Amino acid sequence: MLRRWLPLALLLVLGWLVVEPLALVAVDAVRENGTWTLSAVRAFFSEPNERLAAWNSVWLAVASVVLGACLGVPLALLTGLVDFPGRKLAGVLLALPAVLPPLVGVVAYLFLYGESGLFAHLVVAITGMEKAPWRFEGAGAVLLIHATTMYVYTYLLVRGALASFDPALLEAATSLGASRLRTFRTVILPLLRPAIGNGALLTALTSLASFSAPYVFGGGFRVLPTQLVSTRLNGDISVAMVETLVLVLLSLVALQLASRLGGPATRGAGKGIAPAPKQRRSKVGRIGYAVIAWLAVTWLLLPHLSLLIVSLVPNGAWNTTALPTAWTVKHYATLVTDPERWRPFGTSLWMAAVATAAAATLALAVAVVARDPRRRLSRWLERGLALPWAVPGTVYAIALATMFSRLQPVAGRFVLIGTLWLLPLAYLVRGLPVVGRALVVAIRSLDPSLDEAAASLGAGVWRNLATITLPLLGPALAGAAALAFVTGLGDFMTSVILYTYDTRPVSLEILGAIRDGDLGIAAAYGVVLTVLSAGAFLLSERGPRTA
Amino acid sequence: MDALLGPTGPWVGKGGALSTVALQKIRKQFGTTAVVQDVSLEVADGEVVALLGPSGSGKTTLLRLIAGFENADDGAILIDGQDVTQRSALERRCGMVFQHYALFPHLSAGENVAYGLASEKLGAAARHARVTEVLRLVDLAGYESRPVTALSGGQQQRVALARAIAPRPKVLLLDEPLSNLDPSLREHTRRELRDLVVSIGITTVLVTHEQEEAFDFADRIALLHRGRLEQIGRPESLYASPATPFVAGFVGRTSRLAAQAIAADGAGVLVQAAGVEWCATGDPAVRGDCLLLLRPEAVRFGVAGAAGKVVRRRFAGAMAYYAVELPGGDEVEVAESPDAARVGELVHLQPTGVGAHSFAAGS
Repeated sequence: MLRRWLPLALLLVLGWLVVEPLALVAVDAVRENGTWTLSAVRAFFSEPNERLAAWNSVWLAVASVVLGACLGVPLALLTGLVDFPGRKLAGVLLALPAVLPPLVGVVAYLFLYGESGLFAHLVVAITGMEKAPWRFEGAGAVLLIHATTMYVYTYLLVRGALASFDPALLEAATSLGASRLRTFRTVILPLLRPAIGNGALLTALTSLASFSAPYVFGGGFRVLPTQLVSTRLNGDISVAMVETLVLVLLSLVALQLASRLGGPATRGAGKGIAPAPKQRRSKVGRIGYAVIAWLAVTWLLLPHLSLLIVSLVPNGAWNTTALPTAWTVKHYATLVTDPERWRPFGTSLWMAAVATAAAATLALAVAVVARDPRRRLSRWLERGLALPWAVPGTVYAIALATMFSRLQPVAGRFVLIGTLWLLPLAYLVRGLPVVGRALVVAIRSLDPSLDEAAASLGAGVWRNLATITLPLLGPALAGAAALAFVTGLGDFMTSVILYTYDTRPVSLEILGAIRDGDLGIAAAYGVVLTVLSAGAFLLSERGPRTA
Repeated sequence: MDALLGPTGPWVGKGGALSTVALQKIRKQFGTTAVVQDVSLEVADGEVVALLGPSGSGKTTLLRLIAGFENADDGAILIDGQDVTQRSALERRCGMVFQHYALFPHLSAGENVAYGLASEKLGAAARHARVTEVLRLVDLAGYESRPVTALSGGQQQRVALARAIAPRPKVLLLDEPLSNLDPSLREHTRRELRDLVVSIGITTVLVTHEQEEAFDFADRIALLHRGRLEQIGRPESLYASPATPFVAGFVGRTSRLAAQAIAADGAGVLVQAAGVEWCATGDPAVRGDCLLLLRPEAVRFGVAGAAGKVVRRRFAGAMAYYAVELPGGDEVEVAESPDAARVGELVHLQPTGVGAHSFAAGS
């Protein structure tokens, strides 16, 4: 009974949550006042500003991929293959930007490079100028933020590929007379290609979807995600829908290109032990590598350091010195004691919690049903889970706003806009791919004979699930849920479109505080989100339990 | 020391280029654990030596020390009489077949084999000819362009071997080359591998934890235990005159009895155990308490001798193995004809005159 209707129900739920909103956007782009029309499409392509925004999105994505790889690959090789003092710690720290909420990352750059940031203070204090001679704004600023936060995808994937390397491959190359350079060129690099390709894909998708950085630092530099939000605010719904579709299309093109570049990972028959870092280096060499790695760590984590500093400085107490002279923890205290400051935080917490619980339940059901990767049903369910990952968050926000703006129960449409429930629903959809991917991978890595053993010992479906499958999936589930939770907690790009004053989440409160000049409060929010995210990330690093 | 190094066999001075390996008092520690302790041995030109031992005996470390993947803390390694202790693996260029083969998964079989030929100044045609020749040698002619991931385990093993021997290394190192294969394939593959190694006459060091594999494959066996070399010699001599109780126990089956050494002459040591006198190998200087290890063929059922009861019987085709419990509780295993006794029957044990080994007590 369960076996027959559960897959169908899951397909329906995923279709309703994930596919239908996008389909409605596509329809709205070519339908106005009850008739079919291409006027919005024409309007998009005839308007130079629209074309420019699309072009900006494309080149920004390409440049982010190139610069991200230029940072991520060498850093992964450095921390993965070379031995130097503090290698492990540097490796972990370099991975941290992976889960920092985008808006917090962007705010941190404001505190570092902005006109009243750490750098500006330094320059003003040294040169005696009245204010810093630059504005941190425009395409260059956005690209710098992209490169120094998105390198982490390539970095993590290459690190992962290196960790599953059979060290005997490198020894085999050496015993066959290959120099270090040749081993790198002919063995290491080709085997890392899929990881680099997948890193490029993640970077491209993130860059195409990136909203916070262009929104805060773009100035006159427009990209599709910011453009479509402002078009929609201006009331030009149909054009906004066309922009949305173009953005989806670009993401799909990136997906297609990357699947050509990446290809499936090739693996040796090895046992998958990480190659021992080369120990036979001179002391000078080791110190040299340590200096390079730690300079990189410092540079890449400097924005977060600025965030921490600003959160500890009383408002208005830091003007002409390079480093602040007065310190306080008042801002943190305010977050808890001032009900108005606590409220957005509490709102974000419960919305993220509810969304994560629902996403985890749904993803768990899908993982159990889609366990066999050869079934066609499994592939469809998997695609449904992954779709929100490939589609930019702003697009989903607009699609959900469209879907839940009118009552049409037959089509599963209800009026949720302006209520408490639209944001948690959006977080749920955004969290699905995060939890889903982890659970599907984890459940497939479980030994099928465990199920058979449980069955042979008389355990039915539910007992097996409760006593065998769930406990074994526990670590993977906890880690992925934690990631989905902090993603919702710090979400900005869907929230900015869907929030109401009552469901004002913490990210909007951060922006509001910056606008009001309450930099300390904004930074304190940011630090708390950062710490929570880092904790969730460390939790998610633990793999599934295996015998 | 000479006894440890074992006899020099007929493989010395075969003519042609000499390729020998010599280890001199090699020592290696990982942290505070001594993994290899004062191991010295020599491998003659064209000889096949197996490093045999239980897991943790240091045999793989020893192989990696020869290859240059590990550096010895102390001692010297000589290849062809040249001290290579300080040379890197790259300079030593030993041919190596890894336990899991370590084939480059992104290269074809032919590209894998050609990989080690790059540093030789060969033209493309000559290189291709060499690849074809070596693949033919391992019975994989025509497999040049196959992806290695599409090959069976046995084929992968042969590609790994072809890749190792293609650059004509002086020494071939095999790290448990058969452990990844199906048991049914193993004996056949072992024969083929042995024939190939002998036919190209390459000096070979093999690591294995299986006694049968070592017996079948190697000219001589170096038996390692806890990082020390217990004994090196031909399989027959390891079996017939084990230097330590460990060797006797690891190579073949034995039963242990407490014994008294009472006399010695040129033929061996006379010891008394279970009320019977046994003619055993051993140190003629030892008197009094000693340890007697008996092979199953050391004992037969007779009308007189030590009395005992058959407690188990294991049928093994032409023979059966009988576990006989002596009055003191000791058990002796006896190889006899399958119908010689039944479980529960009382029997008398008589020495056959072979397969008895005595050792000083506490050794």
